[in-house]
Amino acid sequence: MCSSSLRLVLAGLLVLLTTASAPARELRVCSDPNNLPFSNEREEGFENRIVALLAKDLGATVSYTWWAQRRGFLRNTLLADQCDLVAGLPSAAEMVKVTPPYYRSSYVFVTRPDGPQIASLDDPALRELKIGVQLVGDDGANTPPAHALAKRGIVGNVRGYTLYGDYRQPNPPARIVEAVSQGEIDVAIVWGPTAGYFAARQTPPLRVTPVEPEVDGPILPMRFDISMGVRRDDLELWHEIAGALHRHRVEIGAILTAYGVPGAPPAPEAAEP
Amino acid sequence: MPFRLELLAVAIVLGTASPAAAQGGPTMPVPPASAAPPDDGQWTAPAKNHANTRYSELDEIDTGNVARLTVAFTFSTGVNRGQESAPLVVGGTLYLVTPYPNILYALDLTKPGAPMKWRYEPKPAAAAQGVACCDVVNRGPAYAGGRIFYTTLDGHVVAVDATTGGEVWKVRVGDINTGETLTMAPLVARDKVYVGNSGGEYGVRGWIQALSAEDGSTVWKAYNTGPDKDVLIGPEFKPFYAMDQGVDLGVTTWPPDAWQQGGGNVWGWLAFDPDLNLLYHGTGNPGPWNAELRPGDNKWTAGIFARDADSGAARWFYQFSPHDLYDWDGINENILLDLTWQGQPRKVLIRPDRNGHVYVLDRTTGEVLSAEPFHHLTATSGVDLKSGRLNYVPEKAPQMNRVVRDICPTAPGAKDWNPSSFSHQTGLLYIPHNNLCMDWQVESVSYIAGTPYVGAEVRMYPGPGGHRGALTAWDIVAAKKVWEIPEKFPVWSGAITTAGGLVFYGTMDGWFKAVDARAGKVLWQFKTDSGIIGQPTTYRGPDGHQYVAILSGVGGWAGAVVAGDLDVRDGTAAKGFVNAMRDLPDATTKGGTLYVFKLP
Repeated sequence: MCSSSLRLVLAGLLVLLTTASAPARELRVCSDPNNLPFSNEREEGFENRIVALLAKDLGATVSYTWWAQRRGFLRNTLLADQCDLVAGLPSAAEMVKVTPPYYRSSYVFVTRPDGPQIASLDDPALRELKIGVQLVGDDGANTPPAHALAKRGIVGNVRGYTLYGDYRQPNPPARIVEAVSQGEIDVAIVWGPTAGYFAARQTPPLRVTPVEPEVDGPILPMRFDISMGVRRDDLELWHEIAGALHRHRVEIGAILTAYGVPGAPPAPEAAEP
Repeated sequence: MPFRLELLAVAIVLGTASPAAAQGGPTMPVPPASAAPPDDGQWTAPAKNHANTRYSELDEIDTGNVARLTVAFTFSTGVNRGQESAPLVVGGTLYLVTPYPNILYALDLTKPGAPMKWRYEPKPAAAAQGVACCDVVNRGPAYAGGRIFYTTLDGHVVAVDATTGGEVWKVRVGDINTGETLTMAPLVARDKVYVGNSGGEYGVRGWIQALSAEDGSTVWKAYNTGPDKDVLIGPEFKPFYAMDQGVDLGVTTWPPDAWQQGGGNVWGWLAFDPDLNLLYHGTGNPGPWNAELRPGDNKWTAGIFARDADSGAARWFYQFSPHDLYDWDGINENILLDLTWQGQPRKVLIRPDRNGHVYVLDRTTGEVLSAEPFHHLTATSGVDLKSGRLNYVPEKAPQMNRVVRDICPTAPGAKDWNPSSFSHQTGLLYIPHNNLCMDWQVESVSYIAGTPYVGAEVRMYPGPGGHRGALTAWDIVAAKKVWEIPEKFPVWSGAITTAGGLVFYGTMDGWFKAVDARAGKVLWQFKTDSGIIGQPTTYRGPDGHQYVAILSGVGGWAGAVVAGDLDVRDGTAAKGFVNAMRDLPDATTKGGTLYVFKLP
C-alpha cells in the first residue's frame, strides 16, 4: 500500500519532470539521407552536427525529413512545407532566404601523396595527367573546374564521375576520391568538403590543395560561401538561425575542421547577422 | 478472346500477302500494307500500326457531323500527373496506363458507363525520396497475343493477361537508383517486345533491347555508345554517309571513356517494317557532358538506327544532330511510307525531328532525300544533303562567357516526343509542335548533392507570331506547310487522323479539338478538366459505333509548372521552360481523366 502510493507519487513527479524538461519546439530540417560528410540518416554528417548545435541553442529537438539532394530538392522539401530549415546551400541560392554564410570552401585538387602536386588550373601537367571531374549533367551545366579545363582545351584526358552515382551505395559522390586512391585517375578536382573528408580516409591519406585561380575568368568561381536556408517569408526563424550561427561560430569552425573541410571561414562581417 | 485473335491473324495474313499494294500511286504517299494492315476498328498500340501513321479508317464521325460529338463516358485515373499515355481498345475492353505508380486499368465497353473490369498495380519502387527524376510520365501500353505490355518508371517491363489482369511476367531491365527509368511505350512485333531506357542527364548509357513476348527474357541488347560489339555493329552495317562510317565510332567520336556516360537513350517511338524485317529507333541526346567537354560527333546519339529485328544487328544509322548542343534527342516518331520521289518509287521514313526539320529518309539505306524546316530556325542553317550534316550557326552556340540570344528552336526542340499523324486519306502529315525560342547564359548558382556550381540560365519565350505552339499540316513530297493552327501554348499532345476527314489533338489549356484535315478549320472542340498532353485514339465500340478517346491531365516537361507545382517566379525552372509557361497555372489545374466521345 505504502510502496505503491510512493510509486504513484514518484511516477507523478517523473511525468512532471519530463514535461517540464521536454523541449517544447521542434526544428524541422530536410536533409540528404546518404551524403557524407554533409549528412546521412544516422546523423553522422557535419551538417547534422551543426544543426544539432543550433537546435540546442533554440531549445528545440531536431526532426528530419530525408530527401536526396537532387533536382527538385527545395521544391519538394522546404518549399512544400516538409521542413523549415535546410543546411548547406550556396549563399547565392535564389529560391530561399539564406542566412549569412557559416563557412566557405573551395574546389580542390586531390592527389596521392606520392603523386604530382597540382595547385593551379594553369599547371602544364594537367595536359598529361588523368583528371577526374564531377559531372552535374543538369541544365547543360557542369562544375566550374570541368568548364575551366574545357576552356583550356583539356578534354581528352578528363574522366567524369557523376554526382548522382548509384544511390544504393553509401555517399555516391565519394567515388571520385576513391578513384584517385585506386590509381584510376592521377588527380581529381572535387568540392572541398567531399574531398577533405574522404581523402583523409584513404590509405594512405590523399593530398588536398585548393584550386587556383580562385575565380577563373569573370564567371567561374572555385570558392563558394555556404549558408542555411529558410522560406523567404520565415523571418523569425531566419533571425534565430542567423543569431545561433553567429553565437556558435567557434564551435562550428571546430566541427568543420574535424571533418576536414578545406577552406577559409567566411569574412567576419559576413557572419554577423 | 478467340474472336479477337482471329481478327489479328487475318490482318497479318492480309498484310504480308499484299506487299505490292505498298507501292502506292504516283503522288500520294501510302504506308506499306504489311506495317499498316486494314483497320479492324480496334486500337492496339499507341501508334496504331507499325508504320506509326496513327490513322483510323473509321468514318462514322466525319466533317459533317463532328460538331455534334458528345461525351459518352469519363473515368478518373486517380493520378493527377501528366497523362501522356494512349488509351487502347481491344475487342470490348479499353486499357489505360497512368503515370507513376503506373496502374493499368481495364474498362468494360460492353456495359453502360464502361465500368472497371479490373486494375493491375505493378507497385513500382519509389527508390529513395528524390532519387527518381521529375519525369513520371508513361507513354502507353501495347497489346499483342492476349497480353498488355508496358514499362514502369522503376525500370521494369510487365506483361499482363488482357482478359484477367493477372501478371504473366515482370522483368527488371533498368535501375532507378542509377537514374535509369522507363517511360516509353514498347513496340511489340511478332514474338518480341522492344524497349529502351531513359536517363541521359544522369549519365545513363542508352540501350534498346528485344525481350521475348513469351517470358520477358532478353533476346538481344544493343547500346548506343561504345565499341561496335556493344552497339551490335558488324559486317551488315552500311551507313549511307561517310560521317557514320568507321570502326568503333561510338568510342572514337568522344574523349576517352566519355561514351561510358554518353546518353543516347531510347525513350521515344519505334517503327517496324515487316517486309525488310527492320526495326527503327531513335537515340537520345549526348549527356551528361557539356558540349565543350565532348568534342566530336558523339556517336551514336541524336540519330536513328535501322536494326535487324531478330538479331539487333545495325544496318544503317543517320545522325540528325551530330555533336548536339541543345538537348535535341533524336527519339521522335518514325513514319514509314512508300512514295514516288523524283519519278522513282522509294521506301521512306518520315521524321519530324526535334531540331526543326521534317526528314524524308530512304528507309532501306538511310539516305536523306529531303530535310526542310517546319519551325523558325536560327541555331542551324540547313542540312547538307551531300554529307548529311546539319549545319550549326556558330554564333548561336552556348558559350560560357557570353549571353546568347534568340536561339530557335529551344531545348525541347521544334517538337518533342508528342507524335504526328499521317492521313492515308489526304496524304498529309499533321505535326503537333512548339513555337519557342530562348536566351542562354551562365549565371545562376545551384547545387546537387551538397556540391555548388554555376548553372546555365535558360529563358524560353514565344517564337515569331507570339503563339507558343501549333498544329501544322505538312505536304511531305512538296516539303512545305499546307496550313497551320496557332495555339497559345506548346502543343504537347499527339495527333490522330481518320477516314472521316478529321484530325484530333488536344491543347495544354484543356481543349480537345477536331479539325477538318483538308481545310485546317476547327469543327468541334470540348473543354476537358485539365490540360491535354496525351495521345488520342479512336475505335469501334461493341455497339458498332465510332468513339474517340483522350486522357486529360497536364504535366510533362512543358506542363511541369502545374503538375510539379513549380514556382512561376523562377523563369529558369524546368530548364527554362517555366519562363514560357507562367500563365499555364491560370489556364489549367492538375488532372487525370479519360474522356470518351461519340455521336448522339
